Amino acid sequence: MMAIIPATWDMYDMLQAVIQAPTYHLIFEALLIILIVKLVFSKAYAPDKTILTEKEKDELIEEWKPEPLVPDTPDDHPLLRSMENNIITGRPDKIMTINGKSVINMASMNFLGMLGDESIEVAAQKALSKYGVGSCGPRGFYGTMDVHLELEDRLAKFMQAEEAILYSYGFATIASAIPAYSKRGDVIFVDEGVCFAIQKGLVASRSVIKYFKHNDMADLERLCLEQQKEDKKLPKKAKVTRRFLVVEGLYAKHGDICPLPKLVELKWKYKLRIFIEESFSFGVLGDNGRGVTEHFNIKLDEVDLVAACLENAVGGAGGFCCGKKYIVDHQRLSGLGYCFSASLPPMLASGAIQSLNIIENDQSLFSRLHQKSEKIHKELSKIEGMRVMGDKVAPIKHLSLAEPSDDRSLDNRTIEKITQEASQAFGALAILILLWECLNFAMERGLALTPARYLEHEEHQLPPPSIRIAVNVKLTEDEIAKCMDIIADSCHAVLGKS
Amino acid sequence: MAPGGEVNLETVNTNGKINGKVHYSNGHKTNGTHHKYGHDLDWRSSWWESFEETPLYAAVWTYLGYGLLVLVGHIRDFMRNIGIESQKSCTEPKLPGFVPLYQSWESFYTRNLYRRIRDCWNRPICSVAGEYMDVMERKTYDNGWNFELTDKSQRVMNFGSYNYLGFSENKGPCKDAVEIVTSQYGITSGGSRQELGYLDIHKELDDLVAQYLGVEAAMTVPMGFATNSMNMPCLVSKGCLIFSDELNHASLVLGSRLTGATIKTYKHNDMEDLEKKLKQAVVHGQPRTHRPWKKILIVVEGVWSMEGSVVCLPEVLRLKKKYKAYIYLDEAHSIGAMGPRGRGVVDYFGIDPRDIDIMMGTFTKSFGSAGGYIGGTRKLINHLRCNSHAAVYSPSMPPPVAQQIISSMKIIMGKDGTGEGLRRVQQLKTNIRYFRRRLHELGYIIYGNRDSPVVPLLIYYPARAGCFSRECLKRGLGTVVVGFPATPIIESRARFCLSAAHTREMVDKALDIIDEVGTLLKLKYSRMEVPQWCEDDKNANVPIH
Repeated sequence: MMAIIPATWDMYDMLQAVIQAPTYHLIFEALLIILIVKLVFSKAYAPDKTILTEKEKDELIEEWKPEPLVPDTPDDHPLLRSMENNIITGRPDKIMTINGKSVINMASMNFLGMLGDESIEVAAQKALSKYGVGSCGPRGFYGTMDVHLELEDRLAKFMQAEEAILYSYGFATIASAIPAYSKRGDVIFVDEGVCFAIQKGLVASRSVIKYFKHNDMADLERLCLEQQKEDKKLPKKAKVTRRFLVVEGLYAKHGDICPLPKLVELKWKYKLRIFIEESFSFGVLGDNGRGVTEHFNIKLDEVDLVAACLENAVGGAGGFCCGKKYIVDHQRLSGLGYCFSASLPPMLASGAIQSLNIIENDQSLFSRLHQKSEKIHKELSKIEGMRVMGDKVAPIKHLSLAEPSDDRSLDNRTIEKITQEASQAFGALAILILLWECLNFAMERGLALTPARYLEHEEHQLPPPSIRIAVNVKLTEDEIAKCMDIIADSCHAVLGKS
Repeated sequence: MAPGGEVNLETVNTNGKINGKVHYSNGHKTNGTHHKYGHDLDWRSSWWESFEETPLYAAVWTYLGYGLLVLVGHIRDFMRNIGIESQKSCTEPKLPGFVPLYQSWESFYTRNLYRRIRDCWNRPICSVAGEYMDVMERKTYDNGWNFELTDKSQRVMNFGSYNYLGFSENKGPCKDAVEIVTSQYGITSGGSRQELGYLDIHKELDDLVAQYLGVEAAMTVPMGFATNSMNMPCLVSKGCLIFSDELNHASLVLGSRLTGATIKTYKHNDMEDLEKKLKQAVVHGQPRTHRPWKKILIVVEGVWSMEGSVVCLPEVLRLKKKYKAYIYLDEAHSIGAMGPRGRGVVDYFGIDPRDIDIMMGTFTKSFGSAGGYIGGTRKLINHLRCNSHAAVYSPSMPPPVAQQIISSMKIIMGKDGTGEGLRRVQQLKTNIRYFRRRLHELGYIIYGNRDSPVVPLLIYYPARAGCFSRECLKRGLGTVVVGFPATPIIESRARFCLSAAHTREMVDKALDIIDEVGTLLKLKYSRMEVPQWCEDDKNANVPIH
């Protein structure tokens, strides 16, 4: 009670104060009181707030017309047509059957010829009769089979890493790994030419993305310095901002190799954590196929995380990440694609183990692959009017049009015919259709090739349209010679040169 | 009216206890409170879903338990920091100049709470994940920081794997067909659909899936998770609005985020909330600009894997038609497991699948394989085949995986000439009803729909969850327990997944074990009147006594 009603002497003091106050003060206070009363009773400010009646709402709902769920795609869309016209029967091995026709396959990413290996199939069948096909659960809920553990162990040993973690899908591997570490507010430096899976991982991480020019170390350093300046301005924020560097070992879109020594140097200089996507370099580069680290003779400890899919050189399915235990283990609770997805079918894991057996036991496999890749690179470079992108040891080659020196270098009639059709489907990308002509020409002569496909509107940076040629170590010299002739012929035929 | 419905509410109310009226944390409504939409009684009449309210004492003790765990955790963290207690986990080395990869508080939960019951997850098995499985024994010498495998294994009943129709088998017609395909095709397809990775087996599979679903066309993807995350961005974009159920699976959340569209969540399976928000969205358009939304997509699951609830599909459909939205239905847990013909929730409600704009599902669960599908109009599938991330950037399905789906799907469809498929569907349904009813009888709080193959049994206390899992395993029952962060913090639960491969004897044996362990751990919290229904569909609502 004491606190609520002032005691009498307080009342007395207050009365005294009123009496002694100057008149102007009293008038001022009275005015203030009037103002407050006016404010309390005046109408609230409302910037013509519209309140809709139920009828109006119903009308609005009636009126609203959503866009169609998807745009129209005719059944004879060139992409669909090319898919339906090129259905493969049976195993897409070195020699495969498309539409009943036997052709040499330089489209599948079967670098080590694992796709045709019988021992892998036998291993898979053996696992099938033990485990069935599906694992029927995520790793956490009885979806961990002993073969998964074995494969993780083997991959870690092969890569000379502390630990490996297995994903059930190649695409999901790096796309889950990046957002497991990099969160909102963190900074990621990325090469412009990275593959789509990385791009999706970047979006999912919601971090600040800084792209540097493809394989341009000066540009990366410029960005690092910029970041350093920013950090100096906000040292508190810099203390909690993790910095990542994401690159590919062998770029799927360009076929070239990242300058790893320089990247590692920059990593230590600017304190970045480096993640390498090795889907195309794992089982390809290096004397033992350990990837880009072995290629440059750099210890795996120097990089923080290596991610790769098992779908290319290994000829299996799924993907894995490897590195230090304290890094990799984090994904077992934070990798979305790991925690929330059924594990890899055990028979595919067994297949991958057998594939690793082959890789580990055949010492000459990689030198042979490099040699063949170099040979094919040399042959392709000879084709006039075309340009081969990428490193000479890379088993994927992107063959694109060289900039036409003058208008006559391309047959105008062909271009005209093609652009008409192309502009319907692809807008500006008429060249793709042109390449398609090449492929059809080659297919008729017994060689299966594929254009490198991209989603034109989704890619961060679109490489020039190209034919992607995959080298298979099992191709014989004769076959290579034959293929090169066919490629040269079809380019010449379609590009109007003889 | 279902005896489990109205009657219950009355009895409960006279007791002064409002069992499962409106569940505060996840908005479940139960036992017939859905009657507000009573104009559509034909599906409501055979609808029974229960989300009994958490008993107050359980909630209080659980919070106290967490409080104690957090306190002890902080004390032990402190001791580890000053070096009294040794570090047994693998910790991040301090690199000079580098910002630490993990914040200490981020892993507090993992280090101090999860670690205590870590042995309940990631249990490796060394057999097929069928009705029985061989769980490998693990030993830990440091209280869960590290595990070592011993050579021993234990054969237990499997109530944890998603093997709804029992197609996780290592012998039989499916396995034989897969074996042949493996030697014909190898184990990988070597490229994406658009880059010469489209095999005849994929075409066969796509066509079969479309036929199975009753839609014009379908496309398959090698991973269920990726089916959502790689296809949703092709359907909606910036300027579109996604209504997502608050308990949707991580893949749907990720997929929605990758689209760039605005995402709004609504209370779990709460159609009133959805309608309110839908109406507001259509009337007011986009925030600030008030431009109308380009498209509105409602994303729902058929059966939610943590709650065992079934989507109120007829109601969603009504809202879709009224507000001209599109439906994305994820049938991961319902395809094969729900409906008289095993065609998912669409079949369960007798809805024309062509009314659903995007039918999505996975092959991991009922088909004993891997991967996922999207089905719909030819226009939709053509668009996806040209523009889906999965069709362009990643290899198509491994042939053996595709063959397993083809074989099992043909059996479910009865194309093998035997009634085996339908028998399995029926067996699963009977198992579900029987198992759920018995659990209610035993006095457990069981969440979800009586026809849902996912059966969550509420445990609440995290320590008891761990104990439940261990005690069950000891007695020969392999099951899954889930806790925070997969569930609300106090709602740790055990989850059983039923299978057509479970025989009545197995189910009875499992129930005995659950009864024993439940008595031991005092888990029989339920105060709800025991619902009574028959396993047989025709007499589903007739009390059995």
